[in-house]
Amino acid sequence: MTLRSAIPLLLFIMLAAALFTGLYLDPRLIPSALIDKPAPTLDLPPLPGKEPGFIATDLAKGSVTLVNVWASWCGPCRIEHPQLMQLAASKKIRMVGINHKDTESNALKFLADLGDPYDTIGVDKTGRVSIEWGVYGIPETFIINGQGRIVFKHVGPLTQFDVDEKLLPAIEAAK
Amino acid sequence: MTMRICMVTSSYPRYPGDIAGTFILALAQASVPMVGAARNDARLMSLAGPAAFGQLAFLVLAFAALTYAFVNSDFSLLVVANNSHTAKPLLYKIAGVWGNHEGSLLLWVLILAVFGAAVALFGGNLPMALRARVLSVQAMIAVGFLLFTLLTSNPFERLIPSPPDGNGLNPLLQDPGLAFHPPFLYLGYVGFSMAFSFAIAALIEGKVDAAWARWVRPWTLAAWVFLTIGVAMGSWWAYYELGWGGWWFWDPVENASFMPWLAGTALLHSAIVVERRDTLKSWTILLAILTFSLSLLGTFIVRSGVLTSVHAFATDPARGVFILGFLVLVIGGSLILYAVRAPGLKGGGLFAPISREASLVLNNWLLATACATVFLGTLYPLFVDALSGGETKLTVGPPYFNMTFAPLMTPLLMLMPLGPLMAWKRGDLPGVLARLKFALGFAVLAMLLAWYVMQRGPVLAVFGIGLGVWLIGGALTDAAERIKLFRAPLGVIWARAKGVPRASWGAMLAHGGVGIMVLGITASTAWTEEKITLMRPGDQVRAGAYDYLFTGAEQVAGPNYSALRGHFEVSRDGKPLLSLSPEARTYPTPPMDTTEAAIYPTLGGDLFAVIGAPQGDAWSTRLYFRPLQSWIWAGALLMALGGIVSLSDRRHRVGAPHRAVAASPIIQAAE
Repeated sequence: MTLRSAIPLLLFIMLAAALFTGLYLDPRLIPSALIDKPAPTLDLPPLPGKEPGFIATDLAKGSVTLVNVWASWCGPCRIEHPQLMQLAASKKIRMVGINHKDTESNALKFLADLGDPYDTIGVDKTGRVSIEWGVYGIPETFIINGQGRIVFKHVGPLTQFDVDEKLLPAIEAAK
Repeated sequence: MTMRICMVTSSYPRYPGDIAGTFILALAQASVPMVGAARNDARLMSLAGPAAFGQLAFLVLAFAALTYAFVNSDFSLLVVANNSHTAKPLLYKIAGVWGNHEGSLLLWVLILAVFGAAVALFGGNLPMALRARVLSVQAMIAVGFLLFTLLTSNPFERLIPSPPDGNGLNPLLQDPGLAFHPPFLYLGYVGFSMAFSFAIAALIEGKVDAAWARWVRPWTLAAWVFLTIGVAMGSWWAYYELGWGGWWFWDPVENASFMPWLAGTALLHSAIVVERRDTLKSWTILLAILTFSLSLLGTFIVRSGVLTSVHAFATDPARGVFILGFLVLVIGGSLILYAVRAPGLKGGGLFAPISREASLVLNNWLLATACATVFLGTLYPLFVDALSGGETKLTVGPPYFNMTFAPLMTPLLMLMPLGPLMAWKRGDLPGVLARLKFALGFAVLAMLLAWYVMQRGPVLAVFGIGLGVWLIGGALTDAAERIKLFRAPLGVIWARAKGVPRASWGAMLAHGGVGIMVLGITASTAWTEEKITLMRPGDQVRAGAYDYLFTGAEQVAGPNYSALRGHFEVSRDGKPLLSLSPEARTYPTPPMDTTEAAIYPTLGGDLFAVIGAPQGDAWSTRLYFRPLQSWIWAGALLMALGGIVSLSDRRHRVGAPHRAVAASPIIQAAE
């Protein structure tokens, strides 16, 4: 054996190690650039009856907050809604909604039909705040710690599994 | 695990446990002949042939049983229930056999067995020990894949009680182009296992010579032809089924089939050097190992979901771990063998920088580098992800590939016409260039024409047109030179044409095909006209020289889908030509929407229409004129045809195992 003839073997060993690590990573898992960063500071007007709306400074007032971005036109939001209702019933966490590019009447009808898990809801008519939050597909759910920093982000509908295995541990860790 | 499968299958006699039986047979074929070859025991070695035939017989039976189950919608088989449906047309019931993970693996091993049996059948002129070792290595690969099938993906897994109907096949896959795409791809992938087995056998024996190269070449060529057709079919499918007019996306799964193609193309050319000049041996062996390794890696990428891709139809880490373990064993093992034995493979010395062999080495460098570039781009996201512990996600898109791949291909293509005209040992560069003066003249003319007609269209595109014409001109020059066209009486020309080896005709066809493909790629990329608009019935839009009149859209019902069908009347200069009826289909099981573009290919370009969702009283439509689009696939088919013609060469069929002597000036292999 010479070093030259062993070069392909050495390169392959490196490749195999990378492939092995890669098997246990989820290529669909997208990290948020905002994790551990302070939440964006824009405010939103309230959905009628859900005052005071989205007040960014409230996020840094010591309690852990869940921020959920949703819309009445969004199918997956309906799928995750029972999980949000359950979470609200457990009173573990303050829940804030951002109503994304929706109409007022549709949003209210959605809540009337399926129940209302939110303590307050801000209306993001233009999607401007969602852009600040790095939202690219709703529903998305964030956990904000008492200092107003984003500690967790979930893209897509929350399943019971997501709530039990990811969301609740993140809430506990944030407290 | 194997036990459980034996039990399951034996209690339902309609699906005999033939994979388990094949597995035992493969184990025997993998070990006994190898020991026989080491001990020089003819009795043990002679087991290889019958075992290879037996394996094939068993696997044909297994495949037939699975096909029977699909055709008759027997949902007591898990894989049928998961992937088929009673309402599916017969063609897709059959294609459904390999349209899923388990069935496609069975097809993989079946094809492997076909190649193994072919060696047993046609390998009579091989030395007995080499034949035994080759078949033994083939069987080792079969053992790995059969074990994988048995442990993680048994197609004969039962589902009792069975459901009344199945889940259906992914509608994107219900397409004639894709129905036959995987078999061709697999014939290519698996075909390279032959070159691999020959390489391993040669490493074990420590002997690589011209005879060895001559045995390997037809197998490599056959695999290459299949893979060329397979890759072309895949891109054709993407072109008309995905509905955006794109035909190559540098998607990981596309790259997975393209990398073995690049390496296999290099192998095809380097084996010529081994055959004719008895040198470049360890490199050729390494290429044979790498080509098949890339084929295995291709299987790994598609079947494990290690990279996300629009093609990821099967994703399952358990399967991934097994395939990776198998990869490490096969590739790692053969590279260890290579590391130990390669230094002993001494070639026939140096050669002149201007010669046929030097041009083939350059070809190999450029192809190998291009392959490495694609490899890096495909796996880089994985490396970054792995090194950062899952923190950094990134994707490598077409800009990377276009920026790295094209500059590597350009010199390769520019030099391509020179190689076949070059003499072995010492070439005459000024002489070769002088002979190519007509090709060069036509290329310059074509560039001027393109510059003028396309109103100074992109400089690179004009260059691409010149390159394509240069390649075609080069192939024609080669042919003209060989038959003394314009320089000898017709009788002499005819006699010379018959005297030129088919392998050389094959090379000219294939190289000309590359030129046609370059023209197609250039024109369709640079000068496509695209109109995306909302149209009401009666609206007219112009793309290229064609006017598309939208006459309306309606709902229609297909055998297992419903569709929105739009109607366009196409005319040119006021003269009605044809009508196009694209569809937007909705499949209920599994729920999915697909676009069926209406495409009318002409020699000058493709007319391409897509209908989208209605918006009020209008429909969103996309209409294209894509110049020279079908030349891409015509070029690819010509390349494959070249391979077939070359394969019919007498030298390959006879495969006389003697060392080649210096070539006479006429009968120069040119592939």
